[in-house]
Amino acid sequence: MSETSGTSPLSSVDSEPLRVVLAKLGFDGHDRGLKVVARTLRDAGMEVIYLGLRQTTDSIVAACEQEDADVIGLSMHNAGHLTLAPRMVQAVKEANLGVPVVIGGIVPAEDVAVLIDAGVAAVLGPGASAEDVVAAVRAAVTRPSPAR
Amino acid sequence: MSPPSLDELFESARAGNRRSLGRLLTMVERQDDNAAKVSERAHRDAGQARVIGVTGAPGSGKSTITGRLAAVSGAERPAILAIDPSSPLTGGAILGDRIRMDNNVSSSTFIRSMATRGHAGGLAVAVPDAVRVLDAAGCDPIIVETVGVGQVEVTVAAAADTTVVVVTPGWGDAVQANKAGLLEVADIFVVNKADRPDARGARRDLELMLDLGHRGEWRAPIVLTTATEGEGIDDLWSEIERHTSFLHHSGELIRRRCRRRRSEVADRIELGLRDRALRIIEAQSGESALGRVERHELSPAAAAEQLLAALIPDNPPEE
Repeated sequence: MSETSGTSPLSSVDSEPLRVVLAKLGFDGHDRGLKVVARTLRDAGMEVIYLGLRQTTDSIVAACEQEDADVIGLSMHNAGHLTLAPRMVQAVKEANLGVPVVIGGIVPAEDVAVLIDAGVAAVLGPGASAEDVVAAVRAAVTRPSPAR
Repeated sequence: MSPPSLDELFESARAGNRRSLGRLLTMVERQDDNAAKVSERAHRDAGQARVIGVTGAPGSGKSTITGRLAAVSGAERPAILAIDPSSPLTGGAILGDRIRMDNNVSSSTFIRSMATRGHAGGLAVAVPDAVRVLDAAGCDPIIVETVGVGQVEVTVAAAADTTVVVVTPGWGDAVQANKAGLLEVADIFVVNKADRPDARGARRDLELMLDLGHRGEWRAPIVLTTATEGEGIDDLWSEIERHTSFLHHSGELIRRRCRRRRSEVADRIELGLRDRALRIIEAQSGESALGRVERHELSPAAAAEQLLAALIPDNPPEE
């Protein structure tokens, strides 16, 4: 299935919508950005499973399994990204989920490469446009065939 | 690594593997060719679980109640199917029911969020299939939660063994609620947010309405809850169990399930016919019935009748 079939990334509608789990890990109360992203992804035709605040890697993995999610989006504003993001990637690996992890929020430029090295699929900063967010999520997902 | 077979997926889902169950649900949700096979396989083992529908106005507390119910049920493997509307414009959806559940649900509860995906008819067949899969995987009870707006959503929640309708104080008078068709599907009423003023008024409205008449031997009880505090949830669960035993003793359970399967078959026929009819219409042009409608020579009703007659004979086929 072509994800970018000519139409604007904000309006193209999949026949099978991507399922995105959105959450904040641990002690981090800033969820406005996550809510904006939820709305953005919905408007791009995706199904957002919104977990919100104070999640653990376990609760996110459980949600991904039950919801058969295609991608995890984590929002981070507590400077814990260097610890938490790799932990999430590790948890996904241990559960053998094969689901990419996309990070959004406040991540200093010099940390981005560190996170990518740790297995994070993409990092989106405060300057990212709605189109950037949608494109990054789509690119992170190499969609399996429907049958699997 | 080759993908697991359906039998392997079912076996592992039955053993409690969340991921296998999650995948099977995706297959029926997509209603593709795999869905028919999954449904077929699930139907063999289904029919064990109690199915509870929870519906009510947006923001009435359905998700919180549902999460708490699963927790107090004492069941080993309760499941929740939480249905939220897709955006009619983009097809996307924000499925936010889990945030009301995760914090108070034991980890043995399996929660799946489902979007309506724009096609109302599709929901009517995808949900029974999802329930069937959860049932075959050994989940019990299965709680189906839908927003009580729109006929399809109400119907989906009402296609349960026990249907719980949630209202809140200040929800409007009984006449308003009757319009939505919500009230007649209730086996149990919940007045949630009972810590707010006028919870008793809401109960009185419901009592009055029930006094005007109810169907059959069962009169829907009214339970007051404050779900965020967990108050009244035990009472609600007791009433659900009382209704379950009423269903068993009265023979109503068998009748309900029979009706449910019948209407599911009818829904599937309707969906199939609609698909075929649309294909015929798309393929038509020129001298066709559709062309004559365009030229105002034939009314849409007459054209539809012609096409329908071509599609199926008027008399039902002999058994």
